[in-house]
Amino acid sequence: MLLQRFLVRLLTMLVTLFGVAIVVFVVIRVAPGDPIAMMLPPGASDDDIARLRALYGLDRTIVQQFFIWLGGVLHGDFGTSISLRQDVLGLVFNRLPATLELASFALLMAIAIGVPMAILGARKRGTAVEAGIDIASGATLSIPDFLWGLVLILLFGVLVPVFDISGRVSPELDLPFVTQFYLVESILRLRFDLTWDLLKHMLMPAVALALPLAAIIAQLLKQSLKEVLDLDYVVLARVKGFSETQVILREALKNAALPTLTLVGVQFTFLIGGTVIVERLFSYEGLGNMAIDAVINRDLPLIQGIVLVFALLFVLINLAVDMMYALLNPRLRHG
Amino acid sequence: MDDARISRRGLSPKLWLAGGWLLVALLAAIFAPLVAPQDPLAQDLMLERLPPFWLDGAEPGYWLGTDSLGRDLLSRLIFGGRIAFIVAFAAATSACLLGSALGLIAGYFGGWADRIISRIVDVWMAFPPVLFAILLVAVLGTGLSSVILAIAIIDWTRFCRVIRAEAMSQARMDYVESARIAGYGRIGIMLREVLPNVLPSVVALLSLEMGIAVIVEAILSFVNLSISTDDPTWGSIIAEGRLSIHQAWWVLVFPLITLILTVLSFSQFGEALKARFDPVLR
Repeated sequence: MLLQRFLVRLLTMLVTLFGVAIVVFVVIRVAPGDPIAMMLPPGASDDDIARLRALYGLDRTIVQQFFIWLGGVLHGDFGTSISLRQDVLGLVFNRLPATLELASFALLMAIAIGVPMAILGARKRGTAVEAGIDIASGATLSIPDFLWGLVLILLFGVLVPVFDISGRVSPELDLPFVTQFYLVESILRLRFDLTWDLLKHMLMPAVALALPLAAIIAQLLKQSLKEVLDLDYVVLARVKGFSETQVILREALKNAALPTLTLVGVQFTFLIGGTVIVERLFSYEGLGNMAIDAVINRDLPLIQGIVLVFALLFVLINLAVDMMYALLNPRLRHG
Repeated sequence: MDDARISRRGLSPKLWLAGGWLLVALLAAIFAPLVAPQDPLAQDLMLERLPPFWLDGAEPGYWLGTDSLGRDLLSRLIFGGRIAFIVAFAAATSACLLGSALGLIAGYFGGWADRIISRIVDVWMAFPPVLFAILLVAVLGTGLSSVILAIAIIDWTRFCRVIRAEAMSQARMDYVESARIAGYGRIGIMLREVLPNVLPSVVALLSLEMGIAVIVEAILSFVNLSISTDDPTWGSIIAEGRLSIHQAWWVLVFPLITLILTVLSFSQFGEALKARFDPVLR
């Protein structure tokens, strides 16, 4: 049952990725400007252009061109960046860890803010505390990460300058890292001075990304908790003499968490999408910031590579969430 | 829900504030040449980085201060509102028409139409929206129509998903069946019976989408990819403010407040409309 579900989802995922490839191909080809002319230095002869055109299959039909391009992509050949003159895949993998660290940290923050709010709201249901949480989360939710980033820059970059609002790490520091996962590596190497510096840079962009998601978690989990709290077994636990907080933590939470978990998975992809502009805002050297530079420089091979990697990431997260849901949901597990 | 209870009694204070702000901002944008105290493009290096009116060193007539080129901030915000509202109405309406039409077809007809449209939505959901928007504008070229087109191309899925689900549940209802027995054609039923019933959701989403469109336009002009002229936009003022944040905080603060109020107002309207028309909540 689970395997079957997995295979169906995997197939759907491949169809989606194929669709993504078509869309990216069409969008890039619609772009004005000859892709060959962009690859060659100015002043290349017509012969050179024709030769390269044949080499890249640009003299074939558009459908043939698509499959030639797709074949290259599947072999990891994403082309060469026009502005940086390097292999696109290498550039993307060099920047991806920074974005993954930022997004994961933001997700943790969203959970760390949202879950206690939900528990507090459920515990104080029907009081002014719950109403306050509702209003706060409603407003937080309506303001997107871009605006939160600006608010945080003003508050903690200018008004009370306690956090760094620019870059990933202080430029004067000597970095001993061999991977691009700076935060993880600094912890593994027990270089907590570096960890601290990285966190100080990461905190503001992460909070900007986390706030809308934290509000969603607070609202949805609170709602599920309130529903579960009226069920018999929870009432029984209460009769047994557990305090309300104990009841929530020991009995209600694990049964109320499932809908929230599914939603958090979907919202996590939105959060990753938000890194594009938030990284720009905080000059954080991740994939999104590179994407915007690529667009400004009209570096189509690089944009194409970044978009494909983001799409792959989104689809994989959705698959993982779906599988996690199937594993945790008893009805599907035994179904 | 609280909003539902409030909306039954009429407009809540929150909605009055939201509507009031949008009305003021919209009227100011429409009548910008009459309302704006200064020429939004006029540079004067003698007047650079003037603070807002309540601080020392402010000049009369420059209420919210000036930027690093001596341009009047209030006038730039008022003129920037023109682009913001044009994009909000045009992009949201386009996305709404495209997405609702496809959602209605997918939800009501089901079968192959639904399968194909749902697959396309899946593909669209695999793109980070902001990156997608930036890519499209890069390809289409900067300019007002490109920005509107890009937002419509990206955000139609928001309408499609909701309307599809609603149309699907409507299609199973008895009244659709009786209309069929009465001899109405499938398209006739879809347009005359199903469409009016999903319309409230469409209107609520439309209001939310206008807020989203304003933000996307601001993001695009923040990275200098919106309209290519010198015309001020809220995003380009923010970009300017981000650069001079340590010398002139007001250049960032006022456009930020303007954007937040506008987005909150649009979403308040959307939420209230949703609560007002949602039969479950009502």
